[in-house]
Amino acid sequence: MADATEKKIKVKKEKEKGPRKGRWTRRGFIGAGLVAGGALVVGVAIRPGDRTDTLAEYVAGDGEHLLTAWVKISEDNTITAIIPHGEMGQGIHTALSAMLAEEMDADWDALDIIEAPAEKDYANFPLVREFATGGAKVPGFVFDTLNGAMLGLAKKMDMQITGGSTSVRFTGTGAMQTAGAATRELLMRAAAKDWDVSVDSLRTAKSMVYHDASNRSGTYGSFAAAASEMKPNLQPKLKSRKDYTLMGSPLPRVDIPAKVDGTADFGIDAKVDGMKYATVMASPVHGQTVARIDAKDAEAMPGVISVHNMGDYVGVVADGYWQAKQALDSLDVDFTTSDASSLSQEQLFAQYAESLDTGKRKTMHKAGNVAKGAEGAAKTIEAEYSVPFLAHACMEPMNATAWVRDGKADIWCGTQNPLGTRMAVAKAMELDAENVTLTTAFMGGGFGRRATPDYALQAAALSKVSGHPVKLIWSREETTQQDHYRPAVLGRFKASLDADGMPLTWESVFNHEGEPKEASDIVYAIPNKLVQVVDSPSHTRLGPWRSVDHTQHGYFTESFIEELAHAAGKDGYEYRRALLADKPRFIKVLDAAAKLGKWGEPLPEGQARGISIVESFMTIVAQVVTVDMSGGDPRVVHVACAADPGFAVNPDGFEAQMQSGIIYGLTAALYGEITLEGGAVAQSNFHDYEILRMDEAPKIDTIILTSDARLGGGGEPGTPPIAPAVANAVFNVTGKRIRKLPMRDLGLGAAS
Amino acid sequence: MVQLKINGKPTQLDVDPNTPLLWAVREQTGLTGTKFGCGIAMCGACTMHVDGQPVRSCSTPLSEAEGLDVTTIEGIANADGTLHAVQEAWIEHQVPQCGYCQSGQIMNAVALLRDTPNPSDDDINEAMAGNICRCGMYDRIRAAIKTAAKASTVMGG
Repeated sequence: MADATEKKIKVKKEKEKGPRKGRWTRRGFIGAGLVAGGALVVGVAIRPGDRTDTLAEYVAGDGEHLLTAWVKISEDNTITAIIPHGEMGQGIHTALSAMLAEEMDADWDALDIIEAPAEKDYANFPLVREFATGGAKVPGFVFDTLNGAMLGLAKKMDMQITGGSTSVRFTGTGAMQTAGAATRELLMRAAAKDWDVSVDSLRTAKSMVYHDASNRSGTYGSFAAAASEMKPNLQPKLKSRKDYTLMGSPLPRVDIPAKVDGTADFGIDAKVDGMKYATVMASPVHGQTVARIDAKDAEAMPGVISVHNMGDYVGVVADGYWQAKQALDSLDVDFTTSDASSLSQEQLFAQYAESLDTGKRKTMHKAGNVAKGAEGAAKTIEAEYSVPFLAHACMEPMNATAWVRDGKADIWCGTQNPLGTRMAVAKAMELDAENVTLTTAFMGGGFGRRATPDYALQAAALSKVSGHPVKLIWSREETTQQDHYRPAVLGRFKASLDADGMPLTWESVFNHEGEPKEASDIVYAIPNKLVQVVDSPSHTRLGPWRSVDHTQHGYFTESFIEELAHAAGKDGYEYRRALLADKPRFIKVLDAAAKLGKWGEPLPEGQARGISIVESFMTIVAQVVTVDMSGGDPRVVHVACAADPGFAVNPDGFEAQMQSGIIYGLTAALYGEITLEGGAVAQSNFHDYEILRMDEAPKIDTIILTSDARLGGGGEPGTPPIAPAVANAVFNVTGKRIRKLPMRDLGLGAAS
Repeated sequence: MVQLKINGKPTQLDVDPNTPLLWAVREQTGLTGTKFGCGIAMCGACTMHVDGQPVRSCSTPLSEAEGLDVTTIEGIANADGTLHAVQEAWIEHQVPQCGYCQSGQIMNAVALLRDTPNPSDDDINEAMAGNICRCGMYDRIRAAIKTAAKASTVMGG
């Protein structure tokens, strides 16, 4: 790739001049250069720090020349933002482009936006930098990648993750804004030189430089070549918020028009000459392999090209998907068995309970001394909570298209990690990475599922063995049963209260240590706390699920704190307020949600409100829900949502993310449950893995608060608070505390 | 060989007549705007119109559409090429997130408004409950349908 080569050369020069060793300096190198076609390209190359041993091991080989974001300016003044993140509905192409255009004073209406290729230059360096500086909370799957566990990519930074609500927070501020500001400065200096005026006498707007005193103006494109000869400022000055014209305004999403007329290409829409269709069935009990296969009937079916025993799954290649699926369904297949092959959901939770009883405990969070703190307590409260496995249930079933031949592989798919997927395919196909291309597409939902490349690996393998370009499409059943699930978790909680009902101690122990670590911590001012975790090995595949560990811990913590409030005879809102007195951001968010949700105002018979507040990915979200129990089961009538992400780059996009996160979490709270029968996932499709529908969807009102805090995430923080808010509301109507999700089939109706 | 009209265009499809309409259209005509979601008519992502009626094309054999008019998302725009009022409203309310279910949502909403030009919330809930949006944009879909209803009333009288 010519662009990449150019860039590396430029930045290497930079590196020789720049400061060398030592601590992380919290700044990036900026590289600028002219590429084929006369376009100025500016990227930000972040210097990796060496403060973290884990990280240093993985970045050492890669030097200091990873470019993280590019803007391209051609002489005809076309400005192209190159976005290193996948679009799965979160509006990231729009938000990141706006951050670049804002600092650059680029003409928003004329901006071109493309998604970056799966190249090393687009690895998530801003994200890793935040990790290296210790200034951020990095989600678990990032660690997995760093450790090579997920993709087996030891000593490489093959990470181009869209997840962890990181894109705006890290790529946006760390790369796009910086690149935009540096580019603007370069162009102004080029103009100043050309016109022989001072840089200070210039202004910029809509991709133009102006010198008002002499009434001169020029396009950015006309200065691109000259700018490419200049050394960029390594620390460009960023605008202050008050000067923003794009950031903070509701921007129509650039990906939406194609999504209303059928022209948006998702992975499943890939079209490759000579393409055949495939579908697969993996061992229903994860980790087992094909023991026996009788494919005679299937091979004879019309349109069927070949049937393959792929070790841990079987695949059928045919002229069309339907033919492949019919043939797959007719296969007679046995898989190997293990101890896990008889495991039931009850046994699974019994194992968890035993782990909590006797397993080795690791302390996650600690303050004071819970034993001493509990002395003289007026009351002790204990409770056990649990949540089940959850599937992601992306609307677009897993799929990928691959053409593996002649020592090379081409892959087309939607993925939350294009570079990692490309590298994983290279490794599996025993090819050099240079001989593997990956073309990304829109994702029909990601939610963490598409961070794992299993489906692309299968497509590549089936293309290789069949000798055809192959579009692999998983059935909905396969998508449901071969997910990487939100872990099932059992947690035990214990707290002691003083005579005023305020907590003296908080203790908890649960199974499954995931990420981020702070998810299990408590934000409330409680002098003595001990939060511990035990191991709980599972043969069922686990993975990041929207908001990762915050889903379970948000529910546990915000339900149990409500139990304490109730035991203290206090209002849940006021109780939280008292325990957050030293955290003004939390108080503001909580108050805003209470006001928006009309906390304390009368409601009709059979209805009540519930409240919760959770910080995740540096965004604080409080929700007040109104639940109607008059029909027997919980029906959420209204959700008031207040959020403080520091600053919302695209407020309408942020609001959409809150709405989406709430419905996603509400679906889980009411219906979401993957169970095991005989070690296999029992659910298969939307009839038994139900998704909230239009007729059950509450009205949602959102208020976005701005604060001085660093930018928080948007894609995930709406999800954690909803389950406990609903559970607390149900208690406030029925007096029944919900300590196990989902809420259906809990006999709630009988109590009301 | 099955003959039918797709988006007004006479078309012959040389596939097994038992093939679901969804796969026949997606794989034989290259019109991939209609999506596969569940395969059992539970999610609505595959909604097309057959003689104006919304059907779940994943569970409708091609043979059932023989000789009939099939309309997909690619054929729903106005005759002059401008977007349908429902599509316009979808953009105005910034409805799609991932967008995968939206072809089906739009096709279903168009059918709803044809039968019920001024739908109430209950009408919308009932008509749209068969279409899952995993990104949870139900609030926006509801609002967009009402906007489209108003626009259609103004335009069509």
